[in-house]
Amino acid sequence: MRLQARRLVMLLVGLLVSPALWAKWAVNMPEGVTDLSHSIYGLHMTIFWITVAIGVLVFAVMFWSVIFHRKSRGAKASEFHESTLVEILWTSIPFAILVVMAIPATKTLIEVYDADDADIDIKVTGYQWKWQYEYLGEDVSFFSNLSTSRDEINNSRPKNENYLLEVDEPLVVPIGKKIRFLVTGADVIHSWWVPELAVKKDAIPGFINESWTKINTPGIYRGQCAELCGKDHGFMPIVVDARPMDEYQEWLEGKRAEAEKIKELTQKDWTMDELMTRGEEVYTKVCVACHQANGQGIPPMFPPLKGNAIAVDRDKIGRHIEVLLYGVKGTAMQAFKDQLSEVDMAAVITYERNAWGNNTKEVVTPRDILDYKKDGKYTGQYSSEGGK
Amino acid sequence: MKLNPAQKTIVKAAITAVAMFAFVFWVMVPLYNVLCKVTGLNGKTDPEPYTSVPAAVDESRLITVQFLATNNKGMNWDFKPSVHQVKIHPGEIGSLSFYVRNPSDKDMVGQAIPSVSPFEATDFLHKTECFCFTSQPLEARGEKTMPLKIIVDQDLPKHIKKLTLSYTLFDITALDKRNGNKKRTAGL
Amino acid sequence: MSEHHHGPAKGLMRWVLTTNHKDIGSLYLWFSFAMFLLGGAMAMVIRAELFQPGLQIVQPEFFNQMTTMHGLIMVFGAVMPAFVGLANWMIPMMIGAPDMALPRMNNWSFWILPFAFALLVSTLFMEGGGPNFGWTFYAPLSTDYGPPSTTFFIFAVHMMGISSIMGAINVIATILNLRAPGMTLMKMPLFVWTWLVTAYLLIAVMPVLAGAVTMMLMDIHFGTSFFNAGGGGDPVLFQHVFWFFGHPEVYIMILPAFGIVSAIIPAFARKPLFGYTSMVYAVASIAFLSFIVWAHHMFTVGIPLVGEVFFMYATMLIAVPTGVKVFNWVATMFKGSLTFETPMLFAVAFVVLFTIGGFSGLMLSIAPADFQYHDTYFVVAHFHYVLVPGAIFAIFAGVYYWLPKWTGHMYDTALSKVHFWMSFIGMNLTFFPMHFVGLAGMPRRIPDYNMQFADFNMISSVGGFMFGVTQLLFLFIVIKCVRTGDKAEAKPWEGAHGLEWMVPSPAPYHTFSTPPEVK
Repeated sequence: MRLQARRLVMLLVGLLVSPALWAKWAVNMPEGVTDLSHSIYGLHMTIFWITVAIGVLVFAVMFWSVIFHRKSRGAKASEFHESTLVEILWTSIPFAILVVMAIPATKTLIEVYDADDADIDIKVTGYQWKWQYEYLGEDVSFFSNLSTSRDEINNSRPKNENYLLEVDEPLVVPIGKKIRFLVTGADVIHSWWVPELAVKKDAIPGFINESWTKINTPGIYRGQCAELCGKDHGFMPIVVDARPMDEYQEWLEGKRAEAEKIKELTQKDWTMDELMTRGEEVYTKVCVACHQANGQGIPPMFPPLKGNAIAVDRDKIGRHIEVLLYGVKGTAMQAFKDQLSEVDMAAVITYERNAWGNNTKEVVTPRDILDYKKDGKYTGQYSSEGGK
Repeated sequence: MKLNPAQKTIVKAAITAVAMFAFVFWVMVPLYNVLCKVTGLNGKTDPEPYTSVPAAVDESRLITVQFLATNNKGMNWDFKPSVHQVKIHPGEIGSLSFYVRNPSDKDMVGQAIPSVSPFEATDFLHKTECFCFTSQPLEARGEKTMPLKIIVDQDLPKHIKKLTLSYTLFDITALDKRNGNKKRTAGL
Repeated sequence: MSEHHHGPAKGLMRWVLTTNHKDIGSLYLWFSFAMFLLGGAMAMVIRAELFQPGLQIVQPEFFNQMTTMHGLIMVFGAVMPAFVGLANWMIPMMIGAPDMALPRMNNWSFWILPFAFALLVSTLFMEGGGPNFGWTFYAPLSTDYGPPSTTFFIFAVHMMGISSIMGAINVIATILNLRAPGMTLMKMPLFVWTWLVTAYLLIAVMPVLAGAVTMMLMDIHFGTSFFNAGGGGDPVLFQHVFWFFGHPEVYIMILPAFGIVSAIIPAFARKPLFGYTSMVYAVASIAFLSFIVWAHHMFTVGIPLVGEVFFMYATMLIAVPTGVKVFNWVATMFKGSLTFETPMLFAVAFVVLFTIGGFSGLMLSIAPADFQYHDTYFVVAHFHYVLVPGAIFAIFAGVYYWLPKWTGHMYDTALSKVHFWMSFIGMNLTFFPMHFVGLAGMPRRIPDYNMQFADFNMISSVGGFMFGVTQLLFLFIVIKCVRTGDKAEAKPWEGAHGLEWMVPSPAPYHTFSTPPEVK
């Protein structure tokens, strides 16, 4: 009995004082990992304490009155209701405080705007609902999608620590280098935000915005889209992986080698099983948000693929490829030609034509996609099982 | 008609309301366009070709100009610059081109919207020739190379050493059909 | 005046055809309360979905419709009409006028509203759903990417705008022309002053909102390109136009609240309002500043440095007149003889909590820090702190202050205090933790979140349910008071001042048919 009581008390005390718990209950802005994020954090705290001080003063007078100038305590009301001196004082003192606050704020603001002399330029493009990163002059470019599984979102699997803050391909950057972000949007307005870097910039379709960072500490920093951009606004996180310069270089090399390998894979002969497996992966990564895991979509905005003519009629294979490559004007369907490799496109089309009872047994190969890209025709000449 | 004081108040207030509505269309919108021009807001460049004034090339500085190409949603053309950047002296002409291909089976019209970053540099990046001055029709499966000639102004602030010229390509086929190929600016 | 018309007609037609300022005031108040419950129900859906991580109750597209409609309904359906209702009831009585200057237009401006909101709410049942782009409806999400129902949303906004403008013209005409002899401008109660300034703000900015939605309509249907970059327009232009309306709009929702609190605090401190003149000037300067700070909503949009600095300074300046008002209220309480009846409880809570909202507003004005705060729950916490304990607590305070005058009955004071404390606790429980999750990095308008935000969101939801349920108690208190209760005196509050307390309770259907003499 006594032992249990002691444990309970320990736990309660622990709850109150344990820094670990308070860390879990993040209650303040992160200090971040750049010089700029530190200055912004400093500004934030300065202003916070100033307001606390003013608040304590004002509320002290107020609660003094509330407690001691009650009628029930026999307080008699005074009649004063004007004092020019007091009015002047409490107009000018706040004004002076504001001036004092404006000075460091302006300094920091000027720093935020100084993106000159950057070492690395990265173009960041917001799409519904993913980010594209393009390393200017490095020939490296990729899309970054949410990688949290639908099962976790729909509560059929326990959520991991980085739930909704994880992506398939993070933005890898070097530490100690000035990185300039060129931010734009390809459909609606998004906003690229990583709290630890104190960078938030709107991605506006048609126009380019810039921002910059210089990270001091290697690590993984997570952020989210900060401007309402439609249905999956809450599901397009940002992950920045900051590494030492040499590891960053290595990663860049790896990226280029990977691109080469994909090109080779395009020419390989694919079996239906291989395509189906890969296709399911691609589908759950990029298609599932709209067309749903069961292929039934969310009509009318997102049409079903299950039983849809485009995914079951043999003479519509060309159209199927067309839609995936170039999207459908005026609908939510976007063009995937720059987002997916030929291999992935062939795989996902094959998957869509054979999943959820769409048993067409048809196979579309990477080479079919290449041909379609070239002359806009589907011949089916590479399909092994398709031509009956 | 003689109005009593209350009626006068009402008339004045109603006129104010109507005037504020008109203010949005005929003052705020044009004013915004002027502001964009003056401050380089959104990096919007001059929609007219620049007539170059003869001036000495500033050999002391070399400016990097980067080129970006973005396809807006629903625009399925291939769209890319011939080079990703050029290094030029202020006053010198930089020439390059953008390649476009319409992979679809429909004739389409595209419009490239330029934007410069940093905004401060907008007024100092001139285009003597640009595909963005007009809309670009392209037949089905057609392709073309579109030239671009730029000059960086000698007055470019000293601290700017690198600037970015970004183009976003929009599909304006429907808009073009509707309005004809008239000048495109925000407003009526 | 003639003796043949004493009271209201009977039945439903009384309400449809009425031109009486008290009837119309009541209509406005009941309507706004209905909208408050509807918008509140939507908030309950939001809080229920955010109760824990993962998607449980609604899907993201419906969640977005809920946040959008919650905002639109609370702003245009609950807070604004409630203030118009109070204005209708009280302004003529406060300035000694027999009615509003334009009684028939008054009827119109009310009866447009139910149709506007029926149209707005009906979009939820249309194909593709209702508006899902946030109450700020940024283009191009609301134009090229909006649901088909957007057109109806635009018409609904037009109707609300017309209603507000007509209401505002009426208020101005009444205040400027129907004051009793001797009621000079600088003798007017502050509620009348704040409403006069509010009415001017409405006339200046509601047409701007109408312009913004008209441009949207033209972009969607008539091939213009105001906000479409591809056609030579600019989506950022939308934000400038919207916030040129939107920032004054925020003050439209708070200035009348200042007026109410400035009536209640002196009444229960039994001491004249401190610094009446400076209060009037403060209101006027806040109204003026509201026109030159709009871009502080757009610090991350990419504004040139000079612009950013200008809007930062202008925004910080607002703290000065707002501070003056708070100091004046505190000085009014200082050395008073205070009692804490329900209106005073709400008024005191208003001062404390509105000030907290003001502090976070000051923090938000610092542009570099705003890069971290912008579009996070910190902002949600901020504007709910100024709108819930600001606007809505002031409305409650006003209702509890004037309800005996309207109904002739005293309400159940014990229950009303329960209403206050439950609202106070529920409201703080809901919105205070939002500061924390916002600073820690939770963006607003998301239907699901990482586990690090889970505990505070659960607290917020519990507080939200508590606040929501409590408002049914308010409905009960008011209905009970209308039907029964102790007879209220003409002046039920010892320290109250003003013409409205000179007429009996309940206020007769027609008051001040002969103007009173104001000394």
